[in-house]
Amino acid sequence: MELNASLSLVRPEVILSFSALGLLLLAAWREQAGRLISILAVAALVAAAAFVINFMMNGTNLSAFDGLLVNDAFGNFSKILIFIAAAISLMIAPRFLENAGAMRAEYPVLILLSCVGMGVMVSATDLISLYIGLELQSLSAYVLASFVRSDGRSAEAGLKYFVLGALASGMLLFGASLVYGFAGSTSFAAIGAAMDAEVGLGLIFGIVFILSGLAFKISAAPFHMWTPDVYEGAPTPVTAFFASAPKVAAIALTIRIVLEAFGAQILVWQQIIIAVALMSIIIGAVGAIGQQNLKRLMAYSSINNVGFILIGLATATEQGISAMLVYLVIYVAMTLGSFICLMQLKDKDGGYREEFADISGLSKTRPALAAALAIFMFSLAGIPPLFGFWGKLVVFNAAVAAGLLPLAVIGITASVIGAFYYLKVVKVMYFDDAADVIVDSDDKVLVWTGGILAAANSPLGYFAIPALGIWTAYAARALF
Amino acid sequence: MNAADIPILSIMLAIPVVAAAMCLFVRAELARIIALSATLLNLVLGLLLWLYYDPAGAQWQFTESATVFGPIGWRLGIDGISLSLIMLSVFLMPICIGASWTSIQKRVGEYMAAFLLMETLMIGVFAAQDLLLFYIFFEAGLIPMYLIIGIWGGQDRIYASYKFFLYTLLGSLVMLIAMLWMIQFAGTADIPTLLNTDFPAEAQKWLWFAFFASFAVKMPMWPVHTWLPDAHVQAPTAGSVILAGVLLKMGGYGFLRFSLPMFPEASADFIPLVFGLSMVAVVYTSLVALVQEDMKKLIAYSSVAHMAIVTVGLFTFNQQGIEGAIIVMLSHGLVSGALFLCVGVIYDRLHTREISRYGGLSVNMPKYALLFMLFTMASVGLPGTSGFVGEFLSLAGAYKVSTWATFIATTGIILGAGYMLYLYRRIAFGPQINADAAAMSDVNMREMWLLAPIAVVVLWMGVYPETFLAPIRRDVATIVARIERAAPVGDSKLKLVDPTTARYRVVHGPEKDMAEGSH
Repeated sequence: MELNASLSLVRPEVILSFSALGLLLLAAWREQAGRLISILAVAALVAAAAFVINFMMNGTNLSAFDGLLVNDAFGNFSKILIFIAAAISLMIAPRFLENAGAMRAEYPVLILLSCVGMGVMVSATDLISLYIGLELQSLSAYVLASFVRSDGRSAEAGLKYFVLGALASGMLLFGASLVYGFAGSTSFAAIGAAMDAEVGLGLIFGIVFILSGLAFKISAAPFHMWTPDVYEGAPTPVTAFFASAPKVAAIALTIRIVLEAFGAQILVWQQIIIAVALMSIIIGAVGAIGQQNLKRLMAYSSINNVGFILIGLATATEQGISAMLVYLVIYVAMTLGSFICLMQLKDKDGGYREEFADISGLSKTRPALAAALAIFMFSLAGIPPLFGFWGKLVVFNAAVAAGLLPLAVIGITASVIGAFYYLKVVKVMYFDDAADVIVDSDDKVLVWTGGILAAANSPLGYFAIPALGIWTAYAARALF
Repeated sequence: MNAADIPILSIMLAIPVVAAAMCLFVRAELARIIALSATLLNLVLGLLLWLYYDPAGAQWQFTESATVFGPIGWRLGIDGISLSLIMLSVFLMPICIGASWTSIQKRVGEYMAAFLLMETLMIGVFAAQDLLLFYIFFEAGLIPMYLIIGIWGGQDRIYASYKFFLYTLLGSLVMLIAMLWMIQFAGTADIPTLLNTDFPAEAQKWLWFAFFASFAVKMPMWPVHTWLPDAHVQAPTAGSVILAGVLLKMGGYGFLRFSLPMFPEASADFIPLVFGLSMVAVVYTSLVALVQEDMKKLIAYSSVAHMAIVTVGLFTFNQQGIEGAIIVMLSHGLVSGALFLCVGVIYDRLHTREISRYGGLSVNMPKYALLFMLFTMASVGLPGTSGFVGEFLSLAGAYKVSTWATFIATTGIILGAGYMLYLYRRIAFGPQINADAAAMSDVNMREMWLLAPIAVVVLWMGVYPETFLAPIRRDVATIVARIERAAPVGDSKLKLVDPTTARYRVVHGPEKDMAEGSH
């Protein structure tokens, strides 16, 4: 009975697991059924999301499997965001991968398995389940990064990601073992209780290692080095996926472990988070300036954005967590939209372009695409009236409310550096002479999803503020 | 439906947005017509605002309130000061569209769309009654202006557009943090409420500096004015008009709306700083203007000098000074706009801004020379033009606070006469050394329609300023009453309170006795 109750709480993950296995069987029979399997995978994600929404509506807050997992509003909110991002990544991929000669049935299956891992990550309340979820997600991601086997860059990206990811997992495990040794338990609640007392050096070491491993997973500086290479090398739809869903999952996981397990000793971890946040903002901004490849640029942009998101965590308040979730929602829309725009940069021979020189004067030849990309860039830079501004605003508002004024001032000032390179994209598209290499996109899916996301990032997005505020506050409350 | 129930401000904000969206999808000719009609429609609505505005009525009129954006309140409303600046914006906009009628030939739809969005944002800045809403409008103006300078600008447009964007962005972001702090302190983002919130004196200093960082850049004050000459020189004519005419006024409006009434103690403490920077600006930028070879750059530097008179006037803490500062803002908006248009007229013919390429234009362009002279005189501050009224009032107000600052600031008027008359002489008088300049045709009908309305208003403001002072008098008095407790003791040792202005002061205990005693 206990098992049944637990299983009913992880229904979304169960659905996804069985769908993934079923689709794998289907793939064995019909190897070229990539598109069909993609559609079915999206359907599975929708079904799983329906259950998650149901949990969310009912206000479920129960732990499953003897405290290994929890089904609460925070996890469910993150899952909805992850499933949506994954579904979009599935929808935009087929034509791109077909062009690259790599639209195989394993792509949707791997995304589904990765989603199972992410579902476990965001609801894990134990170091063991945390690690299992993380590895399931990461292993799928390593394969996805090298999905276009014939492309040397893709293979390189996969290998790099794997080697460095394994290193990070090792650090995380080492930290987990130290924490287990000094706290006496792997459960977040028990670790939290142990941390109420005096915190010894061993425990602090453990926390530092765990946070380092997680910083790698969310590509926060100083553990960001893999990001530009992997983002550049991986096929663009996969990069879009990396920059959205797994990032949400890893950040949600970080929030949960920091607040539930280490929450009692704010002083121990807060300075680490602040340092990581500021370094990410600055390195992400400065590193992007010299880039010529747009995907690398977006990689630095994601490092930069993670820094802003972590400012919310540094506050350790309910408001801060809610702000992080708002930022994450907007970030997913911005980053997916940007990659969708980049995927439409196709020359007349059908090759994909991703350099600055290729989008020169794009606004003259492809005005709609240029306008959409400009909206995403201004939104990422956080310039009002675009919606990206709201994400930055709530995060800084939380920092101000928590009294972290110096952090807020330094962070917001550093965002000017970031604005520089986002402006550069707009400048190249709008001010420079037309290079005229990009032809009209023949992929209606990209055009439509890109258009919808651009509209969401335009001032129209402001209409979503009240609802977003209510749901993120509800999700954040589950952690306190 | 009652006239007061029509959300006229929201309509004024919506018209340009709708028109901008239309402009993106139509041919060039149609885009021009749409843009002109939309801006003229807004001008009509602006005139309605002016007609229905009751100077003796509630402090905030035409108020609207909606909560569709959650914490960002869609609260609009205007007082007399906002009204004057909104009028300035809607008055200049059709002129800008007209000025771009033939000179802009590439990507007309996008150009008109950018200008129309600019108009919405300008009106929004002056009408917003919510701190966050104000910030959004204030900051959003960077995007269309960045595109206007970058796409349709001159040779160095890219450098200028970057400089403009990043400079102003850096200034504003710190203000955002200060705004967030204020909202949390007061528990509301409602500007009328914040205007009467007393912030702790220690916090005021930090908040004041944060706001100063933003408004000083926008204004611009020396030494953060360097983006302005670049932006002006590279922007297309209409872009310069909007930049000088309205965008710079946002800085002054910010000081008046936020810095003074919200942080009176800090403002008083920093009077020496503001006066010091303004004095340097007046003298330094005037001298720089004297040696310019580029017409637009010269006018750009003269803008910095004029804006310094505005800051001096604003920080006098008295009725005359602040009223004067507002009139200087309005006057400068018109006059510098008109001067940029005058430059545009001859630039369209000869495609150079170099002063030495012209000369003796009064021979072949007499109408042009006449209008140009009028605006030159208005810029100098000749009595009978708008420039005189504003400068006189602000310097008279400043005299009550600091005689030295007034002395130095007044030299700006002399220097201003120097550089403006020198400019005029080199362009309009002297021998016609350049054959191509001598062959230029006089202003045509379209250009006349752009310049003549401004000329009329400039003279009207100079001869009968009461029309423009009436709506702002009560609101200035409200601000003066609010900041009176921190007002500095002047060094001019005035014995009498001027009875003509004392009549309008908001009555306070001891102040009233003093005013009556002077009768």
